[in-house]
Amino acid sequence: MSPAANAVADLAEGVRAGRKAAVARALNLVEDRRPAARETIGALLGELREAAMAGAHRVGLTGPPGVGKSTLAAALARTLRSRGRRVGVVAVDPSSVRSGGSLLGDRARMGFDPEDDGVFVRSLATGGEAGGLSWAAPAATHVLGAAYDVVLVETTGVGQTETDVRHVADTVLLVVQPGSGDVLQFLKAGIMEIPDLLAVNKADTGVLAERATSDLRAALATTQAAGLGAALPIVATSATEGRGLDALVDGLASHRESVAAALPDRRRAGEVAWTLRLFRGLHGQHGVDTLGGRTAIETTASARLRSEAPPTICAQLSEAYLARLREPRPGSSSNEDRETPQEKTR
Amino acid sequence: MADRPWIMRTYAGHSTAAASNALYRSNLSRGQTGLSVAFDLPTQTGYDADHPLSRGEVGKVGVPVSHLGDMRSLMEGLPLTEMNTSMTINATAMWLLALYVALAEERGDDISLLRGTVQNDIVKEYLSRGTYVFPPGPSIRLITDVIAFTTEKVPKWNPTNVCSYHLQEAGATPVQELAYALVTAIGVLDAAQARGDVPAERFAEVVGRISFFVNAGIRFVEEMCKLRAFALLWDKVCTERYGVEDPKLRRFRYGVQVNSLGLTEQQPENNIIRIVLEMLAVTLSKDARARAIQLPAWNEALGLPRPWDQQWSLRAQQILAFETDLLENADLFTGSEVVEAKTQRLMDDAWAEVERVLEKGGAVAAVESGYVKQALVESNAARLGRIEAGAQTVVGVNRYTEAVPSPLVADLDEAIMRVDPEVEKAQVAALERWRAERDAGAVESALAALKEAAGTEANLMAASIACAKAGVTTGEWAGTLREVFGEYRAPTGVGGAQVARSAGEKIDEVRRRLESVAETIGRRPKMLVGKPGLDGHSNGAEQIALKARDVGFDVVYEGIRLTPAQIVASALEEGVHLVGLSVLSGSHLELVPEVVRRMDEAGLKDVPVVVGGIIPDADAERLRAAGVARVYTPKDFALDTLMGELVDLVAERAG
Repeated sequence: MSPAANAVADLAEGVRAGRKAAVARALNLVEDRRPAARETIGALLGELREAAMAGAHRVGLTGPPGVGKSTLAAALARTLRSRGRRVGVVAVDPSSVRSGGSLLGDRARMGFDPEDDGVFVRSLATGGEAGGLSWAAPAATHVLGAAYDVVLVETTGVGQTETDVRHVADTVLLVVQPGSGDVLQFLKAGIMEIPDLLAVNKADTGVLAERATSDLRAALATTQAAGLGAALPIVATSATEGRGLDALVDGLASHRESVAAALPDRRRAGEVAWTLRLFRGLHGQHGVDTLGGRTAIETTASARLRSEAPPTICAQLSEAYLARLREPRPGSSSNEDRETPQEKTR
Repeated sequence: MADRPWIMRTYAGHSTAAASNALYRSNLSRGQTGLSVAFDLPTQTGYDADHPLSRGEVGKVGVPVSHLGDMRSLMEGLPLTEMNTSMTINATAMWLLALYVALAEERGDDISLLRGTVQNDIVKEYLSRGTYVFPPGPSIRLITDVIAFTTEKVPKWNPTNVCSYHLQEAGATPVQELAYALVTAIGVLDAAQARGDVPAERFAEVVGRISFFVNAGIRFVEEMCKLRAFALLWDKVCTERYGVEDPKLRRFRYGVQVNSLGLTEQQPENNIIRIVLEMLAVTLSKDARARAIQLPAWNEALGLPRPWDQQWSLRAQQILAFETDLLENADLFTGSEVVEAKTQRLMDDAWAEVERVLEKGGAVAAVESGYVKQALVESNAARLGRIEAGAQTVVGVNRYTEAVPSPLVADLDEAIMRVDPEVEKAQVAALERWRAERDAGAVESALAALKEAAGTEANLMAASIACAKAGVTTGEWAGTLREVFGEYRAPTGVGGAQVARSAGEKIDEVRRRLESVAETIGRRPKMLVGKPGLDGHSNGAEQIALKARDVGFDVVYEGIRLTPAQIVASALEEGVHLVGLSVLSGSHLELVPEVVRRMDEAGLKDVPVVVGGIIPDADAERLRAAGVARVYTPKDFALDTLMGELVDLVAERAG
């Protein structure tokens, strides 16, 4: 192996062993947007792929701003930790549209023991990306998934377009407040993705929790026609007072169990979306069209994801695209090999 | 017609209970007429001197009082029934009052004769001062328990002192100061009423015991009007909300410490003039005159004041009260159209904000949602922006900056008070002795009784006094309640703060530099703003965090009261390019080098650490020698320049 490949292998080894310094460096790397970093990122994620796909339960937390997602994520992490689970957290906050800067991490790390190797929090800024996640969130989830038992991904909660979380999470938890009728409207209208689990947070008293839960259940019952189903599990929580957290952890685990068989497909779909997003970011719609459209790219990506990570596949697609651009226009006499994305896999 | 002079105090306490006792006696011999006890941060936040978070803070900004023995030494030779003792204590107010009462009973004093104040206002701790411990619900319960106790047993005691002082220090405008203090008082009184410990027919007495602790800034005409407005609005609240009929029980009683936020490090001798002018705001108008005054010292922006500095401030009070003809006159402003119009406008605006907060569910709800904190952060950012832009004159800072060097600060290291670092070790040793010599069984059962009572609706004063007598320590009392009530972290207010984007060539240049650094290093520069130690004065950290975002940094800010280990863990996990620490308690030499050392150990040697605080030059030198990249003090008010330096620092180290 080359020294560079050795370094990547060492880093991956450190991540898999759950060493904080290695995890931190790996995350710094996958956040690096320089073109020169792409190959290394692809190599690292490839090295980590088996570990990342194997175990970790990825939980996405989404919901409107102000419902206490950060506090709930922290409380959830503590509860998981107390059950001996190792927890990684990706907390995404919005970037300022005006300056590009951001304020991150407010309360996310609340009350963790700094000497505890079993919990790791990385905050990411959206950096102007739509969809409630950041550019590096899928890669960061991948890295943390190789190092920890559970990965919590907390979205910005900017509103109704929080759909990307589905691509990184095995279980999507929608966090709402008691009496939050708006959320139901969004769900009914299909604006907000259908979650796997609902948490009614800030249920600070037993009475409030019960009322909020039964209100939601009643409302959900009326939406069965919209495909929501009354079976959607609802847990009342109070992150500040520690209520309902055990029930929530149990709920998340049983969802994960119930979808175990479908998990590889769900994760692959997420990685395909990630690949497409990377490619689109580099080459835009023209790139997509040149390689035969979205479906063609998705098919290619899906086929290759067995062995390689999305950044590497994106790089291959890029090469194919650039090769196409170099081809003579139709009607010219050149006879170069016409490579399609599918062909290149052979 | 002549008015009696107000109570003159000096906010004092440091090192040990015995040293502070000597200081009180000497202050009293110089004509001071009341005590104002400053407690150190471990005492204020409910930790013993040997707790990891206490490191560097013991005896620093006040006196450590860990148990009844410390309280004995603190008040030795001072007759409790003749003193008027004001204690700046909040989250642990019940405990310090319990120690004081236990001491009085031990001395055979009639506790109904005790006079004084415990500050006991948690709302402004969440918003500004940062020495809160428990969540809002249990915190309010502790306050109402103290109210119920003193109403019955110590009727001349002020059980809570609603503070607008710290709101102004956090950047509040006069309207905000009025409104948020009033909603705080309403929140406490509503809670006390709901708890129902005091019979309804005696509730007017509870209202009558509410006192205030206010601030007075340099715009002294407006500030005087603010106090007139305060008195009128308080009367309205007492009458309309609580139906208090006796005008004496509706009187707006307040003590004051004038503004420290506006005191400057540049040409610090000018501060005594500011202090005197600010004192006029709370003395000129007889109808809105302070009952007690304590003044800051001229050199507070440099470090901790010495006894001489405090004496100078006391003399200013004495000259105003006893040399001038001020107290011979009736109210000077009755009938003044200017004063009345200003007062009315402040009242209208403040009442509108009071109603807004009440609609949001009152003071506690508006704290939990971050609404009030965010409003204060925004006001403070606007104030700093005006000073930086020169729209608000500060002599010696942004105007008339050329000056002959001041002989008062010729030797800067001698111009401030230094607490002997050995004090902490001595206090820890004394604490160990105390623990060894007391009756362990009595302590255990007193704490068990406290814990049990905390889980019920019982008033916790009795159990606390029993703990005090059994020899329980401050850390044990608070630790037991932490187990029952849990701990709280207040919203930082910076996340959602809307602050005008600063404009100008200089800042645009900083933004361009940052974008180019981001491209070079592949990631947007990321900065951790950390507040190590127990110091809760977060205004500086908040403003740096906001400004850093404004120039394009990704900023990680996790609030107050972090250990060096927590800060370094965050720096590592977050992958930051720069760590900025803010320390205002004077504990920088203990806390900052430890952060640097741990950064090295965590493999983060290349990540520069910068520090801001009230840091004397000699200390700055030592910090740089320990590996700190830059040291900033209050004179570095030009945040644009500062941000430019930080961007350069990231470029140098990461490039």
